[in-house]
Amino acid sequence: MDCNTDKTSPRDAEWRVRLREAMSAKERAAIPRAKMPMLDPAYRITCNEEVNQGLSAEQAVLEAKRCLDCPDPQCVTGCPVGIDIPGFIKNIQREAFAEAASVLKATSALPAVCGRVCPQEKQCESRCIYNKMKKQPVAIGYLERFAADTERTAGSRASVTKEAPRGIKIAVAGSGPAGLSFAGDMIKRGYDVTVFEALHEIGGVLKYGIPEFRLPNEVVDAELDALRELGVKFRKDCIIGKTLSYDDLLAEGYRAVFVASGAGLPRFMGIPGENLSGVMSSNEYLTRINLMGAGHGGMTPVAHGKRVAVIGGGNTAMDSVRTARRMGAERAMIIYRRSEAEMPARLEEVEHAKEEGVEFLTLCNPVEYRGDEQGRVKSMLVQRMELGEPGPDGRRSPVAIEGAIDEIEVDEVIVSVGVSPNPLIPDSIDGLAVSRRGTIEVDDDLRSSIPLIFAGGDIVRGGATVILAMGDGRRAAAAMHRFLSGE
Amino acid sequence: MNEIIDKRYFSEKVVKLVVKAPDIAKARKPGHFVIVRACDNGERIPLTIADADTTAGTITLVVQDVGASTRLICALEVGESLTDVVGPLGRATAIKKVGTVVCCGGGVGVAPLLPIIKAMKQAGNKVISVLAARTKELIILEEQVAEWSDEVIIMTDDGSYGTKGLVTQGVETVLQREKVDEVVTIGPAVMMKFVAALTEKYNVPTICSLNTIMVDGTGMCGACRVTVDGKMRFVCVDGPEFDAHKVDFNEMMMRLKAYN
Repeated sequence: MDCNTDKTSPRDAEWRVRLREAMSAKERAAIPRAKMPMLDPAYRITCNEEVNQGLSAEQAVLEAKRCLDCPDPQCVTGCPVGIDIPGFIKNIQREAFAEAASVLKATSALPAVCGRVCPQEKQCESRCIYNKMKKQPVAIGYLERFAADTERTAGSRASVTKEAPRGIKIAVAGSGPAGLSFAGDMIKRGYDVTVFEALHEIGGVLKYGIPEFRLPNEVVDAELDALRELGVKFRKDCIIGKTLSYDDLLAEGYRAVFVASGAGLPRFMGIPGENLSGVMSSNEYLTRINLMGAGHGGMTPVAHGKRVAVIGGGNTAMDSVRTARRMGAERAMIIYRRSEAEMPARLEEVEHAKEEGVEFLTLCNPVEYRGDEQGRVKSMLVQRMELGEPGPDGRRSPVAIEGAIDEIEVDEVIVSVGVSPNPLIPDSIDGLAVSRRGTIEVDDDLRSSIPLIFAGGDIVRGGATVILAMGDGRRAAAAMHRFLSGE
Repeated sequence: MNEIIDKRYFSEKVVKLVVKAPDIAKARKPGHFVIVRACDNGERIPLTIADADTTAGTITLVVQDVGASTRLICALEVGESLTDVVGPLGRATAIKKVGTVVCCGGGVGVAPLLPIIKAMKQAGNKVISVLAARTKELIILEEQVAEWSDEVIIMTDDGSYGTKGLVTQGVETVLQREKVDEVVTIGPAVMMKFVAALTEKYNVPTICSLNTIMVDGTGMCGACRVTVDGKMRFVCVDGPEFDAHKVDFNEMMMRLKAYN
């Protein structure tokens, strides 16, 4: 069950050889990359519907033909979990869509999610041979989503082999991508897995963070149902370290714990006026709307700013600013201290934001917020910046242009400058080694200083991506299984 | 889960609910709070735990009807259930033997104060409790407080019960009369602000328990942030108790009105 050991679609299978021989590389390369069907920007800012509509079967099969089925596929090396990419793509080409989904499921616990939110342009697609040929890479992300969605809408799930029950109870703290992928792998290995979630909804960041227009809840729920069917148990409203201690878990017969509690704590910049009403973290803004249903029938209130500034240039900033447009902002602005080239957000999210009328104020750094007599934010001061020498990370660091300070009118500010690890679990387990940054320290097997506690995802990484968290879940599952079974 | 086992009205708008929550009852300590939701689509409302019974597996919550969400919670009857109860959250009160402790509570603030009064007494302190409210009907839990206090002083704004006057006057009487080693105050922000100002004058260490706006209650959203000693602190994970002399109450009161 480890990465790349799936042998359902070997490259030398007869059907695959035939597919390769049926078309020349030149013919394949001449096919233009598929265009994702999308909702019209003017319409989509009026609702929460998913922007990307997914490829049609015809589009998907044609796109799959573009893949050269390389003997040494580099795309796979760009995938953090090592999905057999040509294997699933060639199954799409021969219209064996269920097979394609099976190949994905052998490696990825949440393909419908990853097909939507992975930064493919920085991972698999960045390694596609077409880049060297000065052509657009195969749309691997679109195809992944197509295979996963087709399986889901067909209502017949790819069969999953499950080992005989071992009668060993495993606890997972957190139901985000790391916890879910871990749970999926461990249940298949025959363990008795319970996932504990602090919030009242299962799914972690997939539910409270990523908006409906980018990742519909229905997609996440289908993945959760699949895990439930395999036997994974979920318990909401239960905080490991608070409701149940590590000792309580041991007393209840759990043999080992995987901590995947995420990066819970929002960062602020520490500038004057940051505690004015109307200034909030992106976590607060997105949680109110995505988890609590504020503005969509929930009782939780949320501000409907008309002039909204979102501070930051990551995916969460894009999610926030695009949400603000949908909540009725007339002016929705990204305020980012570097230039657009340095933005960590996915290119697609930046493009979608622009189509939706979001303004990009780059090379601008907030230095102060000003409020009215009720303490509500009414304007912000931004320092204009220019790019200086590259820093240690290779990105050119912004330098203030002396005296270049502008005042911008705002009635809502969403601070999206990163998160820190959630301290609840690290604080509650004696002897658990924690770094200065507050992340749980682990070895190469993702094992913490306490032998029966493994950890992965943002509680270890401090703020990364869904796919890296998922990869951690898989690695931790493999390592914990080796440890518990002595294999 | 989360079933209402017992319900009592302290006044028209203040309700005591005993809720089945065995894991929380076992884990909670004085100072902890829970987050509850009364229905799907409901808000997440933080409520300090007033008491717990580990044998019965219940926790006691005192809820004041101050808006749509608390109204729904107050309307629940015995046999019905809260949709969600999660906790215990926050850091527990640091209970030590310090000598004489004045515990002052206003309105429903007396409910979360009760477990602290009890623990302070059990730790060997002399406990003087000052309970304050607008009028006689709004004084709650007097009997239970008296059980664990060496002295109880009642203050009402209208003089309908106890002594007419504000909570600060009651506290000051004690401060003038004897040596007090610590003050604990829980109640409306403005009340805690004035108690803090008073005890600062007398140089008596003072702990307050803050009830800010929260969403998740686990450190994730930052809605509950307050300034303490010039630094940003999250009430849900760093609190809810802080050194009252260092809390920026004016900022906190301003933030409480964010959604009014």
